Amino acid sequence: MRSTHPRDGAESVVTDTAILSDTAFLNDLRQQMLKFATLQLSNSHAAEDAVQEALVGALKNAKSFAGRAALKTWVFAILKNKIADTLRQKQRMVNASSLLHEDEEYEDYSELFDAKGHWQDDERPASWGNPQASLHQHQFWKIFETCLEALPGNQARVFMMKEFVELDMAEICSTVGITTTNLNVMLHRSRVRLRECLENSWFLKGERA
Amino acid sequence: MMNCQRATQLISQAQERPLSLSEKISLKVHLLMCSGCKNFSLQIPFLSQAMKAYAKGMDETSSDDLKK
Repeated sequence: MRSTHPRDGAESVVTDTAILSDTAFLNDLRQQMLKFATLQLSNSHAAEDAVQEALVGALKNAKSFAGRAALKTWVFAILKNKIADTLRQKQRMVNASSLLHEDEEYEDYSELFDAKGHWQDDERPASWGNPQASLHQHQFWKIFETCLEALPGNQARVFMMKEFVELDMAEICSTVGITTTNLNVMLHRSRVRLRECLENSWFLKGERA
Repeated sequence: MMNCQRATQLISQAQERPLSLSEKISLKVHLLMCSGCKNFSLQIPFLSQAMKAYAKGMDETSSDDLKK
């Protein structure tokens, strides 16, 4: 489907959609979707499949969308569902024990907290001022993405399942094969890391407008 | 007394479930004394908000990407 062409098949549905001839837009969109899907599905083939299905599904209805922004919102909503489906199907293939080893036992908090569980001096969270303003800045999203990608694979996966795919806790636990307690630990750790990365790479840089 | 490690765990879990009254009280008291955890407690909901914005299709970034 990489070379989807207006004249391929679905002609009657799409003939008067300018979006289909906007190859630059479609390429960009596809790249973004792929980045997205790859973050959550460790398997790049599965990511590619999900992206293609979502893109085709959305473009078939492209006529109903007022513009690119609306199409984009829609296509990402579909992609999210595809990813959720794929994650559910993957359930049996996940090796739960390896996941717990990597994230639970061989990592400790001593870099962050002292023996009494208080922040180490150089790790204490600083004030971010008004972080919402960053949501409108292109550069912020680059950093955000880099920080997400820097999370350890399993942490990133459950964090994305929770915050991006918006699966509920029970569903994530059964999909990944862990207990709620384990999941809480992993979500906590991924938030701590993501927070720290954003603080160091963005909020303390003073480069933001 | 609650320490920072425990406080950050509760702040994280508050994204997933309502805290019990006693958890809320302990956390509240800790936050009164600890600026680091206070900041943390404002930042964690922001991460969720940012993820939602990101999930919406990164409209902000894409409009920039298209210009280049």
